[in-house]
Amino acid sequence: MADVRMLVFRGVPDEPGSFAEFDVPAEEGMVVLDALHWIQANGAPDLAVRWNCKAAKCGSCGAEVNGRPRLTCKTRLSDFAPGEDITVEPMRAFPLIRDLVTDVSWNYEVNRSIPAFAPPEGVPQSEWRWQQEDIERVQEFRKCIECFLCQDVCHVLRNHEIENPFIGPRFLVRVAGLEMHPLDQGDRVDYLKDEGGIGYCNITKCCTEVCPEHIKITDNAIIPLKERVADRHYDPIQKVWRKLTGGGKKRTPLPVVERRD
Amino acid sequence: MIDRLETHPHDVLVIGAGGAGLRAAIEAVGAGASVGLVCKSLLGKAHTVMAEGGVAAALAHVDERDSWETHFRDTMLGGKLLNNSRMAQLHAQEAPDRVRELEHWGAVFDRTRDGRILQRPFGGHSHPRLAHVGDRTGLEMIRTLQDRAVAAGVTVYMEATVTHLATGAAGVTGAFGYWRADGRPVVFPAKATLLATGGIGKAYEVTSNSWEYSGDGHALAYRAGAELIDMEFVQFHPTGMVWPPGVRGLLVTEAVRGEGGILRNSLGERFMWKYLPEDRRHEYAATDQEAREWVEALGAGRSTEARRPPELSTRDNVSRAIYIEVREGRGSTHGGVFLDISYLPADLVRRKLPSMLEQFKELADVDITTGPMEVGPTVHYVMGGIRVHPETGAATVQGLFAAGEVTGGMHGANRLGGNSLSDLLVFGQRAGAGAAAHAARVPDAPYVDPVQVREAQRELDRPLGATDGEDPYRLRDELQATMQSLVGIFRVKADLDEALRRILAIRARAGRLCASGPRLFNPGWNLVFEVHNMIDVSEAITRSALQRAESRGAHSRLDFPEADRKWGGLNSVVTRDGERMRVTTAKLPKIPDELREIIQPLGGA
Repeated sequence: MADVRMLVFRGVPDEPGSFAEFDVPAEEGMVVLDALHWIQANGAPDLAVRWNCKAAKCGSCGAEVNGRPRLTCKTRLSDFAPGEDITVEPMRAFPLIRDLVTDVSWNYEVNRSIPAFAPPEGVPQSEWRWQQEDIERVQEFRKCIECFLCQDVCHVLRNHEIENPFIGPRFLVRVAGLEMHPLDQGDRVDYLKDEGGIGYCNITKCCTEVCPEHIKITDNAIIPLKERVADRHYDPIQKVWRKLTGGGKKRTPLPVVERRD
Repeated sequence: MIDRLETHPHDVLVIGAGGAGLRAAIEAVGAGASVGLVCKSLLGKAHTVMAEGGVAAALAHVDERDSWETHFRDTMLGGKLLNNSRMAQLHAQEAPDRVRELEHWGAVFDRTRDGRILQRPFGGHSHPRLAHVGDRTGLEMIRTLQDRAVAAGVTVYMEATVTHLATGAAGVTGAFGYWRADGRPVVFPAKATLLATGGIGKAYEVTSNSWEYSGDGHALAYRAGAELIDMEFVQFHPTGMVWPPGVRGLLVTEAVRGEGGILRNSLGERFMWKYLPEDRRHEYAATDQEAREWVEALGAGRSTEARRPPELSTRDNVSRAIYIEVREGRGSTHGGVFLDISYLPADLVRRKLPSMLEQFKELADVDITTGPMEVGPTVHYVMGGIRVHPETGAATVQGLFAAGEVTGGMHGANRLGGNSLSDLLVFGQRAGAGAAAHAARVPDAPYVDPVQVREAQRELDRPLGATDGEDPYRLRDELQATMQSLVGIFRVKADLDEALRRILAIRARAGRLCASGPRLFNPGWNLVFEVHNMIDVSEAITRSALQRAESRGAHSRLDFPEADRKWGGLNSVVTRDGERMRVTTAKLPKIPDELREIIQPLGGA
């Protein structure tokens, strides 16, 4: 196979950065991450790339390849037209560390704010039973490998359009996995409305399109959660009922996140 | 000087955030300790995430005849009786509770028809025993443990590499490392330090392991004076991908065989019939028809008298079989054999093996519902490691603890599939408790010797200042090629002597490793420290393999093809003797009579 021309972003924060060109000898079956490793071993040993499993199971190697958020370990060079340049840039929604590596720690701070799984008290675990059909939806959400490509592509997060918090598709998926667990007793509806900022999602489905695990983020996670929020907060009959019963559980405040420095 | 460095003191410092490290951290923080958890990658990306097939525990949900005794016996026989029997006992007894606990923390395992945790068959296990979530069990486990650890108050230090353990009169007193993002040094003083760094696969060319598996914990413990045992036992998983080149070595889960996958050579022969060990042949099906009946019963969820297919032999045996088939000219064009599950309904394959389906479709243009996969052995796991106390995970140096793959003893000469996920839960919990209890007995704040910190800093800086030195990528490649070609599945003295000679030459050059570029997320510079670790473990594996003059489990010597009773009673022991590595033996802890009786009925000893 012929060489492939790769244009790889190189740069550090607060400087303009530039694209470095490399002609990579392509082998059959080669993926973009293979090409980046070839570049590291042949000319740019300090090229910063984050990766782990190289099997699309860990979600570390996300980048924007020809403008589209993708796992570089899963993107074949043969996916592109012969002679087409392949441009690799870091995920643009997150602050740059160096080259293709970004600071995704914000996601971990958001994750900490989500109320944890709450099993029922007083039901011994030996009596827990549920059918495979009951958990298929939850298992779909738990397939998420936290590559954060959905966060990267989400225009609400990417363009920093809002001042208020919005946890983004990844964490709406995590909340959906908890809320739809057959045994979970937690209540995250108020969390979704306020800290979660679910109202900011206007269901353009960009997140679903880029998900490497093919999770139907918008249809199966976000829309049902939006319905739960609407039922509680915007349905007049429900509103009266809650007033009468004193409904709604206590909200979990966002924890203070310790900074590293 | 140390005052000017970023410092994070903790009661318990856990190094490594895979399943073992996370489980240990959860236990230690629950015991009231302040816990710091350091990991080289982002949280949730550790190698546990790649575990596919399942976690072994005698829950007896699918076959009620299962029991801890049977699990114990399978583990000991699989390990060719070189296991630490107390560890194998604790493991078999406690694994069911450790799995149930995960469900309590939010894990969602696949279900039986009566709504309980489903279990699947695996190689060397007498009954269907592996709790699983399709073929992404590791992801489920790591996400569950990660969420639990964060909620419980563990402080996580992501993307930091530890390069030195601090030692003193009180043993190990913490660690020194650097942030991968910006290269700044960082010190973690600790009353107890727990290594959960996983394995060593990156010392080989063809491996299922990620870049993180460079033997860091093995090397750190060795340099701090701890004993490593049984390092010659390196597990080759029988089924790694062999094509395309970029994914060579990538894991193909044993669950494919657990669900009925058949191995064939290029002549179409189902060759595993030839390779079943005589003493266990009676446990396997006698004909294709019986194996088929077993698979169909499994799919239908009904019990059967049929015995399991020959592909479910232990990993050491299946790897040798594939290696021999290929060597004798019956391999595929890409140097593997064929693994076929396509005779089962496509729907079943899609449901049971979704990530394998995706992996082969996306990376190899193969549809596993219609045709076979090409597979061959890949370095997957190291049975050897830090010698620990079975109850507490304490290493042989005070203040140092370890859990998971970095330890030795539990799996003997060969690990059964599914036993690593249960190992890391059982001994993660025990080591976390052990470390927290030790920390509670240490009255003073941990003291980290500033002289050692200065030396560690100098070593950190050295590669960046150097010019005209050795290239870390090239040295790593040479080391991997040496281990792959000379210390592989079949070993012989002449090869091992040559390997040792090359490793020592590589070690001599490693003092001149250099790196260009800045400190910010610089992989070439970061690799320097991993190469040092890979050299230590490669030398330990090779010296131990030279010493053990027999074949047992994953260690096959062409010049000593039989198991030797004398060696069956001995652990290999690697210790540091000044600047030299010393390899000796120690008597295996005695197997108590009541445990021996559990093993005997199948003619084990």
